[in-house]
Amino acid sequence: MATRAEGVEGLEKLQELQRRTHPVRALLALIIGLVSLVFAIGLSISFGAADISLSMVWQAVFKFLPDLTEHQIIREIRLPRVLGAALVGACFAVAGAMMQGMTRNPLADSGLLGLNAGAAFMLALCFAFFPGLPYMYLIMWSFVGAGLGVAIVYGIGSLSKGGLTPMRLVLAGAAVSALLGALGEGIALHYRIGQDLAFWYAGGVSGTKWSHLQILSPWILVAMIGALILSRSITLLSLGEEIAIGLGQRTNVIKVWGMIIVLILAGAAVSVVGAVGFVGLIVPHLTRYIVGHDYRWIISCSLVYGALLVVLADFIARNINPPYEAPIGALIAFIGVPFFLYLARKGGKEL
Amino acid sequence: MSNRFLTPNQKKIRKKNLAILITLVVLIIITFVISMNTGVIKLTPLEVFRTLFGQGDAQQQLILFEFRLPRIVLAVLVGISLAVSGAILQGISRNALADPGILGINAGAGLAVMLFVSFFSTTKAAPVYLLPVLAFIGSGLTAIVIYTLSYKRHEGITPMRLILTGIAVAAGISSMMIVLTLRLTPENYQFIATWLAGSIWGSNWKFVLSLLPWLIVLLPFVYSKSRVLNVLNLGELTAVGLGASIEKERRLLLAASVGLAGASVSVSGGIGFVGLVAPHLARQLVGAKHQFLLPAAALLGGLLVLMADTIGRSIFEPSEIPAGIVVAVLGAPYFLYLLAHLKE
Repeated sequence: MATRAEGVEGLEKLQELQRRTHPVRALLALIIGLVSLVFAIGLSISFGAADISLSMVWQAVFKFLPDLTEHQIIREIRLPRVLGAALVGACFAVAGAMMQGMTRNPLADSGLLGLNAGAAFMLALCFAFFPGLPYMYLIMWSFVGAGLGVAIVYGIGSLSKGGLTPMRLVLAGAAVSALLGALGEGIALHYRIGQDLAFWYAGGVSGTKWSHLQILSPWILVAMIGALILSRSITLLSLGEEIAIGLGQRTNVIKVWGMIIVLILAGAAVSVVGAVGFVGLIVPHLTRYIVGHDYRWIISCSLVYGALLVVLADFIARNINPPYEAPIGALIAFIGVPFFLYLARKGGKEL
Repeated sequence: MSNRFLTPNQKKIRKKNLAILITLVVLIIITFVISMNTGVIKLTPLEVFRTLFGQGDAQQQLILFEFRLPRIVLAVLVGISLAVSGAILQGISRNALADPGILGINAGAGLAVMLFVSFFSTTKAAPVYLLPVLAFIGSGLTAIVIYTLSYKRHEGITPMRLILTGIAVAAGISSMMIVLTLRLTPENYQFIATWLAGSIWGSNWKFVLSLLPWLIVLLPFVYSKSRVLNVLNLGELTAVGLGASIEKERRLLLAASVGLAGASVSVSGGIGFVGLVAPHLARQLVGAKHQFLLPAAALLGGLLVLMADTIGRSIFEPSEIPAGIVVAVLGAPYFLYLLAHLKE
């Protein structure tokens, strides 16, 4: 049970946090983000191998004529692709924000913590042993793999003397990623599915189909709503475990639900785009910088800006060197690496 | 070191350590024979021995001397240089988790080789000797970048920041490599993909000859610095007190470590974890004195890569699993174990 003194201390911390939150700025950021996202989606649909005007994009979405080739291209290729990109970005960013808040670890990100590698490893297993598995089951296994990866990383971290420090988690994540990556690669080489996997990794969001989106969106929607419901508790958790307990939070329940949501989000995103790192690291940091420390705002803004980041990355990946596509993960790493370096240098004190 | 000044106890340790080193050599020889014997065409140990001493038929000679032997020798050499490179890094940074792979030095060497392959021809003739040099330049530049980025005024270099920076730089370099792979011709892509996975691909005496000079020069140099490494291992203040000009020694040793790692990466791609695991095992077997630690780590590294290559070649026939993958599957759990048992 929390003592009265702890409760008081918690309240003070909470007030301090509220002083450092900027609701007006946050709302403005959210609106600007949404507008930019809509604009970026429109832009991404209209540019490509066949240029299509923005008004045509509008018509294809709202006054669809099946006879027009442009409308068909938009409906069947570009729209699912750009929506896939937006979903993936939103998933990675929200998962990252939740992990950072729950673990109080500024370096947390699904890519760094072995989640992505775990999902990718499980998919390699599926490709090797159950070729032609329906998409629905691939997604399920990708969730299981993500859970496996994160369980090993956290298991190692919490077994360690001195507990779960940010550094330790990152190191464990790097080692688990190397291990699962090597296993996946070995399987791929042995069963000669390397090209299928490589295509799937480097394919980015290009192969996204409506059927994929149909299967994924209910899961993602539920997980996102869950994330927003939990967001207040995560704010309290980010103040520290004792304080959260002092303020009447059942921290273990929050952590379990939080982890399930993170797994669903990251697993779903990996099953679409492959192992893309750094989105979950960068976006929550940027939003925290803008909106302050209230996770209700951080999570909702991360959702929007994560989507924006990946839609833009996909847009650049397609147009930088047509007809070839640059791998989207590599593009994001170009931004992510300097950012990670900056955080590592600061020692990760700020959260 | 002369025997005269040793206590009986130290003499006993010395004897024990020599016995361990000899055991390791014997193990390598056994693995060597087994490895000679594995492959699509089976040869009995007797046939292997007879062929080695010039008594085999033409086909046996071809298989052993042109295919299996160079590969085995390369595997051992690569293991030795990676292990010694890791032992140096762990010694100078006093960081038990340092390893050329984790620190991004392998990635730098890989990028240099890859740039060369994608802009010039493949690996015919002269470039074979050029590859270690390129890899050395690449890994050297990467080491400088990592060193500079993790250096902070007043604080110097903290081991953890060094590793985090290494991880990030390695991630950046590998994403650059992914971009480069898309521009390769299918033929070059095949070469690079196998190479990146950490395969002893150059089953050819030329590669042995391109790697050997590096080892012949650098290994004696590093061994002659054993005492310096012992002193550095005690910590900065003690080292200064004992009169070692640490910064200069550290840079020289770092350069040697980078050279060893770079040269071996050029023939074997990214074999990670050898530089981490071998020195650790060596420390547990022979203690922390570098006079024994370095040779023990070298032998363990050679044994490890040779075993990994043999396993990767034989268990999953007809497809081959690159040694790098086998080592990662064995090495990563060990790394995690270390992580769980070390204090920060």
